[in-house]
Amino acid sequence: MLSKIVRTVANQLILFILIFGLYVIAHGHITPGGGFQGGAIIVSGVIMLLVAFSSKELKKSLRERVLSIMESTGALIFAALAFAGIGTVFFYNFLVGTPIFGRIPVPGPGPGDIWTGGVIPLMNFAVGLKVIAGLSAVVLAIALFSSGEEVEE
Amino acid sequence: MRQVTGLILLLVLVALLVWGVLPPIMRDFGYPPSDMDDYIIENAQEETGSNNVVAAVLFDYRALDTLGEATILFTAVMGVLLLLRTLKRKEESS
Amino acid sequence: MEYIPLNFPFLAAALLVGVSFYIIIFKKNLIKLIMGIAMLAAGVNLFLVSLGYRAGGTAPIYTDVPEGPMVLSVPQALTLTSIVINVAVLALMLTMVIHIYRHTGSLDSEKSRKMKG
Repeated sequence: MLSKIVRTVANQLILFILIFGLYVIAHGHITPGGGFQGGAIIVSGVIMLLVAFSSKELKKSLRERVLSIMESTGALIFAALAFAGIGTVFFYNFLVGTPIFGRIPVPGPGPGDIWTGGVIPLMNFAVGLKVIAGLSAVVLAIALFSSGEEVEE
Repeated sequence: MRQVTGLILLLVLVALLVWGVLPPIMRDFGYPPSDMDDYIIENAQEETGSNNVVAAVLFDYRALDTLGEATILFTAVMGVLLLLRTLKRKEESS
Repeated sequence: MEYIPLNFPFLAAALLVGVSFYIIIFKKNLIKLIMGIAMLAAGVNLFLVSLGYRAGGTAPIYTDVPEGPMVLSVPQALTLTSIVINVAVLALMLTMVIHIYRHTGSLDSEKSRKMKG
């Protein structure tokens, strides 16, 4: 566990890192970014918490069982969205043209519209959940193991 | 002897890599063949509705690759957790 | 568009792959071996991205972009896939190195080769 100044600054900073990561995930279909990049940003925030507090402190609020369930949920949402378009073809973008996320932008350069993209924003959220949970579980497991703590499933 | 043989083979490999990358073999930097990418860049906005063409390729045109990638990530994370857990249990029993 | 002589980015990728092959072949430490594998992946990613560059092109995202040619998008998407796979495989390899270190007590690849059972 590091000094009190580092812990206080990390406590304040994690909020902004979470908001920036969620922004990158949510705008993945109109600006540079997406599920992988935003997930990596949030996992960097988790690593900052892991350095500032010790892994023993972080274990109380971040259970590996919950992370495992989150990762499986992301994978299931991804596969379900893939199977939902199987009436036409596997991974068909069935939401284009419908009211939800279905607007078609004006062709060519222009300002972005958040209600476009079909299943792409939903898949960004699923992949982001998967990356956050998976990489956090790996980092937390290695930190717990190297400090001699108990690693639960 | 093994070191010398390895060094010679390595130099041959690097020479092959550099030879294959220079202009008579490789086309010039900045002028790639682009039929498929021209189609994707022109039609991605009408077909998928996404302004970000990379996201359209990742989740619509080539989504099967992303499914395989998600499977690899899942398997690797499960492998890491499984290996660390069995190591802990073995230390307790011994 | 200015002409870049000698295909310089391809040459840099080839030399990076050559240096990482040197590390993989001649280094005995397992951590250095894994660093070599990571450098090999970085070289391959650099080659893929520079293969998809179009002269004077912008990023393939239509939000507030100037008119003109766009960089190819399929190599960029596959590079993104490749980066995430590399992170996952690197974590798995480091976990196996922890196993080997607990089992043999050293990080030498010559000693861990004799490990049986």
